[in-house]
Amino acid sequence: MDAILLQLLNGLDKGSAYALIALGLTLIFGTLGVVNFAHGAIFMIGSFCAVTLSKIFSLSHKASEPTGVDFLGNPKFDDILYIKEWFGDSAGAWMQDWSVPLAILFAIPIMLFLGFVMERGLIKHFYKRPHADQILVTFGLAIVLQEIIKYFYGANPIPTAAPEVFRGSFDFGVLMGFDPNAIIYPYWRLIYFAFSALIIGGVFAFLQFTTFGMVVRAGMADRETVGLLGINIDKRFTIMFGIAAAVAGLAGVMYAPINSPNYHMGMDFLVLSFVVVVVGGMGSLPGAVLAGFLLGIVESFASMNEVKAIIPGIDQIIIYVVAIVILLTRPRGLMGRKGVMEE
Amino acid sequence: MLGLEKRDMMLLVIVFFLTMFAPFILNPFPADSSLAQFNAGYPDLMQRFVIFGIFAIGFNILFGLTGYLSFGHAAFLGVGSYSAVWMMKLLTMNVIPAIMLSVIVAGLFSVVIGYVSLRRSGIYFSILTLAFAQMSFNLAYSVLTPITNGETGLQIALDDPRILDGANAARYPNLFGAEMNDATTLFFGGWSFTFSVGYYVCAIIMLLAFYLSIRIFRSPFGMMLRAVKSNQQRMNYTGLNSKPYTLAAFVISGMYAGLAGGLLASMDPLAGAERMQWTASGEVVLMTILGGAGTLIGPVLGAGFIKYFENIFSKINDNILHGWFSFLPDGLEDFIVAIIYPFIGKGWHLTLGLLFMLVVIFLPGGLVEGGQRVARVFRRRDVKSGDAELDAAKQRPNTPAE
Repeated sequence: MDAILLQLLNGLDKGSAYALIALGLTLIFGTLGVVNFAHGAIFMIGSFCAVTLSKIFSLSHKASEPTGVDFLGNPKFDDILYIKEWFGDSAGAWMQDWSVPLAILFAIPIMLFLGFVMERGLIKHFYKRPHADQILVTFGLAIVLQEIIKYFYGANPIPTAAPEVFRGSFDFGVLMGFDPNAIIYPYWRLIYFAFSALIIGGVFAFLQFTTFGMVVRAGMADRETVGLLGINIDKRFTIMFGIAAAVAGLAGVMYAPINSPNYHMGMDFLVLSFVVVVVGGMGSLPGAVLAGFLLGIVESFASMNEVKAIIPGIDQIIIYVVAIVILLTRPRGLMGRKGVMEE
Repeated sequence: MLGLEKRDMMLLVIVFFLTMFAPFILNPFPADSSLAQFNAGYPDLMQRFVIFGIFAIGFNILFGLTGYLSFGHAAFLGVGSYSAVWMMKLLTMNVIPAIMLSVIVAGLFSVVIGYVSLRRSGIYFSILTLAFAQMSFNLAYSVLTPITNGETGLQIALDDPRILDGANAARYPNLFGAEMNDATTLFFGGWSFTFSVGYYVCAIIMLLAFYLSIRIFRSPFGMMLRAVKSNQQRMNYTGLNSKPYTLAAFVISGMYAGLAGGLLASMDPLAGAERMQWTASGEVVLMTILGGAGTLIGPVLGAGFIKYFENIFSKINDNILHGWFSFLPDGLEDFIVAIIYPFIGKGWHLTLGLLFMLVVIFLPGGLVEGGQRVARVFRRRDVKSGDAELDAAKQRPNTPAE
């Protein structure tokens, strides 16, 4: 029982990341009808927003007065962090420690802006072109974004730490009444899960309970009619693209402490997110979320040693196997609707 | 001749001469001149040109004719490589059985994958093939290590059985004794031209593959595939089952990919999982689009273009750049070098990505369409009458490249 619970928990954090990226992909797909291969790159850029902010916070300059001598006998100058100088010692230290959560605030405007620029500058011109062209141009864009990041940050993963309080693990099993040390779970992963649940809830609430969201949903169902009613649906869809980019970006920011950001992490996640979207049903938002968590959990169960003993290597391919089986038995995916992206 | 129309025959003859004289054509600069780094006439690179040409020709039969965009073709290339290396380990170092096995295995593999993937079309098909390729990559990389030797890659070893080879048989991949990496070099003034056995083996196979693709393009079967691309629904309504046709196209292009993989392994007997990664599948898509999907010569051009610039661009470093721009004033020189530097050397992929985007946005027909546009401009200038345009319009559907 405790082993099963542990795998369930392990699946949650990866599943959260899949769900968030797939949610953004589906938002773009459902509104604009565009298959965005650059969505993984947006996730990756989100991660690098966290890296950038923590680098900015650790910018420093040499002190003007020597504080002592180093081992060679030369005068030693301390490094003084700019943020400590500006905000005071304790506030500066706190900001440096909390750079990843603070990067959320930093990333939102960047990701929204990036989304707007992408939609207005490039993707707008591809609505009328075939899906193959959309795939190809966004694939090219993904390569370009990836290489730009590689040029500035190098090819190696950059470890980015979570705040001090959330480092380490806690004994989740004790809370649930199991033996101590049965289920050890890192704090940050729980935070990640809560965070993604919050974002997913936020997006759904936004679409369900605001007038803006209502218009967007109407536009997803029938774009032409909404346009004929005198509503500028293009503008709203652009905003939705920005929101989708922000969702993927935030998923990336918070993922930075779990997996050190490197320039090709976006591509790795993208393939899986596509599989998630297809399994969930193209164009279905609840389907994307459901399939994200489902596949995350299935993957973590497949990597249990007991399962691997029966079928070796199953953890590497289980997601694809599930996807293929689902596509062949339920061609529209788990929650796909009739008539939405049949081709 | 050879069952081809005159235009196609001309194209085939041109390609024949280009490939046969490639060691001369690709080496226009003397070996010791400063421009020698732009020479592409060394065996390793020339082999890549023709091998990836085969790969792209095969991909074009699927994508160019039927419009099904597969994102998993590298899997077939990888499978082909692995089976070729196994043949060389077990049977003989002669490349013929190796290449045959790689084509057959890739064909079988593509029957399975194609049968499943072709049940959906459009983006679903792309994603399904992508998932299959990624799955094969994961399998080759970790699970099937006994067969694929995992991360290290499959290599030949001295103590492999090689049942058909005697004790004194050649230790390198060969064609009835002629070793693939044998080469003779011809010196002519400052120039040196290398003729390698491996290149000519690949080139002849490429010509055969090219000839076959022309025949497929011109056959009723090719016509049917084009009909699938233009309107599959209408075809179904007329009572035609299009699935066997698309599956056949998929398998043929898979076999082409297997052939390319087998040749890669024959030139250099090792196979690694990274050949199957989805970025490798993306590369062949790039080649086909860049050259011109749906045209005969386009994929070959695209493959040559990408492989050439990949090799040449990645060799240029900032010292060479400084050398080129040394005539400029210092500040300006540094400035220009700083601007160009991100795009060359290790930054070649950035250039590739940008190029790819530009081609998809402005020139969806690829290099071939670009060439035709240029040709049209010239033709118009010559005649300067209304007839010229009519003429061009009349000729367009029959241009040899299409």
